[in-house]
Amino acid sequence: MAIAFALVLLVIGTVAFHFLNPWWFTPIASNWTTMDDTVNLTFWVTGAVFVAVNLFMAYAIVRYRHRKGESRRAEYEPEYKKLEWWLIGLTSVGVVAMLAPGLAVWAKFVTVPDDATVVEAVGQQWSWSFRLPGADGVLGAIDASLVGADNPFGMDANDPRGQDDVLIPGGELHLPLDQPVKVLLRSKDVLHDFTVPQFRVKMDMVPGMVTYLWLTPTRTGEFEILCEELCGMGHFAMRGRVVVDEAGTYQAWLASQRTFAQLQARPAADLVAGQATFAVCSACHGMNAEGNQAVNAPKLAGLPAWYLARQVHNFQQGVRGGAPGNDIAAQMAAIAQPLDDTAIDNVVAYISTLPDNATHRTIRGDAAAGASSYTTCAYCHGATGQGSWSTNAPPLAGMSDWYLARQLQQFREGHRGRHPQDFHGAQMARLSKILADGKQTDDLLAYINTLR
Amino acid sequence: MSYVAIADQHAHLHDPQTFLTKYVWSQDHKVIAIQYMVTAMAIGLVAIVLSMMMRLQLGFPGTFHFINPSNYYQFVTMHGMIMVVYLLTALFLGGFGNYLIPLMCGARDMVFPYLNMVSYWVYLLAVLVLVASFFVPGGPTGAGWTLYPPQAILAGTPGADWGITLMLVSLAIFIVGFTMGGLNYVVTVLQARCRGMTLMRMPLSVWGIFMATILALLAFPALLVSAIMMALDNHLGTSFFMPALMSLGDPTVHKGGSPLLFQHLFWFFGHPEVYIVALPAFGIVSDLISVNARRHIFGYRMMVWAIVAIGVLSFVVWAHHMYVSGMNPYFGFFFATTTLIIAIPTALKVYNWVLTLWRGDVHLTVPMLFAIGFVFTFINGGLTGLFLGNVTVDVPLSDTYFVVAHFHMVMGVSPVLVVCGAIYHWYPKMTGRMTSVTLGKLHFWLTFLGTYAIFLPMHYLGILGLPRRYFAMGDTYFIPQSVQEMNAAISIAALFVAASQLIFLFNLAWSLKHGKPAGGNPWRATTLEWQTPDTPPRHGNWGPELPVVYRWAYEYGAPGYKDDFVPQNQPPDGRVAAKHG
Repeated sequence: MAIAFALVLLVIGTVAFHFLNPWWFTPIASNWTTMDDTVNLTFWVTGAVFVAVNLFMAYAIVRYRHRKGESRRAEYEPEYKKLEWWLIGLTSVGVVAMLAPGLAVWAKFVTVPDDATVVEAVGQQWSWSFRLPGADGVLGAIDASLVGADNPFGMDANDPRGQDDVLIPGGELHLPLDQPVKVLLRSKDVLHDFTVPQFRVKMDMVPGMVTYLWLTPTRTGEFEILCEELCGMGHFAMRGRVVVDEAGTYQAWLASQRTFAQLQARPAADLVAGQATFAVCSACHGMNAEGNQAVNAPKLAGLPAWYLARQVHNFQQGVRGGAPGNDIAAQMAAIAQPLDDTAIDNVVAYISTLPDNATHRTIRGDAAAGASSYTTCAYCHGATGQGSWSTNAPPLAGMSDWYLARQLQQFREGHRGRHPQDFHGAQMARLSKILADGKQTDDLLAYINTLR
Repeated sequence: MSYVAIADQHAHLHDPQTFLTKYVWSQDHKVIAIQYMVTAMAIGLVAIVLSMMMRLQLGFPGTFHFINPSNYYQFVTMHGMIMVVYLLTALFLGGFGNYLIPLMCGARDMVFPYLNMVSYWVYLLAVLVLVASFFVPGGPTGAGWTLYPPQAILAGTPGADWGITLMLVSLAIFIVGFTMGGLNYVVTVLQARCRGMTLMRMPLSVWGIFMATILALLAFPALLVSAIMMALDNHLGTSFFMPALMSLGDPTVHKGGSPLLFQHLFWFFGHPEVYIVALPAFGIVSDLISVNARRHIFGYRMMVWAIVAIGVLSFVVWAHHMYVSGMNPYFGFFFATTTLIIAIPTALKVYNWVLTLWRGDVHLTVPMLFAIGFVFTFINGGLTGLFLGNVTVDVPLSDTYFVVAHFHMVMGVSPVLVVCGAIYHWYPKMTGRMTSVTLGKLHFWLTFLGTYAIFLPMHYLGILGLPRRYFAMGDTYFIPQSVQEMNAAISIAALFVAASQLIFLFNLAWSLKHGKPAGGNPWRATTLEWQTPDTPPRHGNWGPELPVVYRWAYEYGAPGYKDDFVPQNQPPDGRVAAKHG
């Protein structure tokens, strides 16, 4: 008997939970309301079957349960074809009622509207970038073998169609409101999946091929992009953002982006000019950029130009050092202000030529114990702490350990990596959470101190 | 006929004499069955511990600093692979298949007893290789149980050095071992049934295991070739599944391969695999319900044809796992249609289980509770399958916790409930003793209600958009704080359910010595395994002569008989079959 009551209570509880729980679809931001409709329809049909069959089962148990001392016999009627065919028929009707609308919506999904514009989303471990076809409306050729630190998109420089392609490395894509868009999806390394929950549609990104989905954004706002196909250690931290703008705002954003040709046309770095600019930096960071703990200036020698340039830009734009309560970073933000793009290119090129000498170690810990914590770091920062442009991770080996300790703390406490434009910092902030303060951190830094 | 004549002569069987040949290098299907069961449950315990690690992280992120993304993904992967292949497949086919097929078909043993023995030892080797991957540098693979390339063999995934290789080797060994066993099961069902045991008189347990074995023999080769091809891609630099790509910024040697090819091969195995686990569960639960409702299974013929239809259809639905994989989206029309068609025979099975209770004489024994719990859980899990099978409905839910909830309901909890029910049901035959009813009921309620509390809310977290396979959600602005609270509650429920399995193990161990003596047929069941002259059955099962079958397996409540059940081997004139031993 208890089981029959339990079944009834579970049915009631399930239905109540369905209607009362606080979790449902995010408010939709695309044209795919029909997808929500098919989900709702399926809930009604399957819900009715769930309630009916389970309550019938509970009733059958109560009514036909064996009572002690009673010698009743079950009915013996091996074949009952008519009822079975009725049940098969009814089930088929229910199946068709769910399948037909589903296929009708799917027919829309496979038919991309003619007026859809094209954007390309590119996935890699573990970040997003985007490409727009530019004025000619055609994306230029790319080749996996051309991908490198200087050409992260793998653009074919000889393809005229690619010259006007707009390259957006940052992790944030803007889309105009009410304009159908076909999102071409590409991956440089492993499987990823382009998902914006508010858009409903999603699709895997497969290396070696181009997949797609299409949608029409129907409300402005910022929406997080999640990777929803397991892509390795950093899968959960692979985030991007779609911003849906009114037409005017969108055009302004588009105008501020740079094309492949513009990026190619940047002059080669002038080391002499860079050395002159560096005079200011050297006041704190030292003549050879070896760092100076007394004034909280980390070692810069040994850091690659792409990382240094990004950080200077971040300081300039308030992405770093803009959060309250971080006076040290605020100092650097002020100093970075007067530099223009050319000056930044020059000075970081100069710094990357400086000798990468060993630093003074300030942190003691159990390096052997730290080695196991470092396995997580190694995915992005490299097995020997050498850093990697592809994972946007700076070198750690030979860097100022007191500075690394402070940055870890800043990431963990939300002072760094919080700015909406700091996608890579946000990733580090997520990953820094796995590390306990104190001994575990000291051990890790002691291990990093052994790397070279 | 010549086979039957030999099989009838017990003297030809060469009973094992030593401890080693009786219990270790045994060729007796019953011993091999128990070896399979014990091994599968032992590795299953590892999988449960792994799932608890995952729940600790998900419920209380940032609290347990020994859990990091690498080992979290390793827990996820190994939990899934162990549960699906090394526990459920091995337990249903190697365990119950071995135990039940010869006994229920009235055979002395499997037709190839030596091969059967080798099958187990090869399975054990596969398990040991799998376990070894926990102890190699870099640990086991963290590629997810689907092992999708390219990431499975690239540096960004945990266990890319040794773990993935051991995983592929272990799977290959498992498949070799399974093939030995599987051929045995099929040939035994087809060739070694006793006189009178026609196919349409077989218990549904045998039908389910038989069909599942055929599926496995056809499906596992797809996994075998994909494992071999991936190992070649990994070690010899071939490019079956690997296009030109980079790995964490470094170029690779690969060019021209297709990651989607692997997915097609994997799911060509992987979807039938669902039914490799489900069909034995369907069959066994039909028998548990029929015995305890004291009524013939409702619509036996339809139940058999439904098993066959599901088995055949299960080979043409695989790409419903790939709606958002980037395959040609037009496939969606075909696979959505085939997938929803498979719901029809499946629904029929559910109706017939419930209708078997109707006008029955329902005894709520411990196995029956598990059977009813299975039907409820399976209805829930089956219905959510209609969401994920229907391509449009799948897209917003794909890769979210809705999927996790669905497959745990339908092929995690459901078959596990059947496994438990089946062990409680056949334990008296295996050991000669009953299990404790009190402990059995306690185990049932904690497991049944606990698992529902774990997986029901997950559907709604998935509808909200919570992605699966996330080490930590962190700050994500569409995810409210209540999700974290729910995750903590789910983790607590999961810890309870995991702990309650200890009650089960204790019950099995305790009853071995202290259980009430069972007698030969404690459930008053009709099928042949309950009519053996000895309990537990001795080597050769039947004494001097094989049984002869005169009727179907569901003669319960038939009018004109003294008892409410008539054993299959009882002659039609009502005389009691000659007893031996």
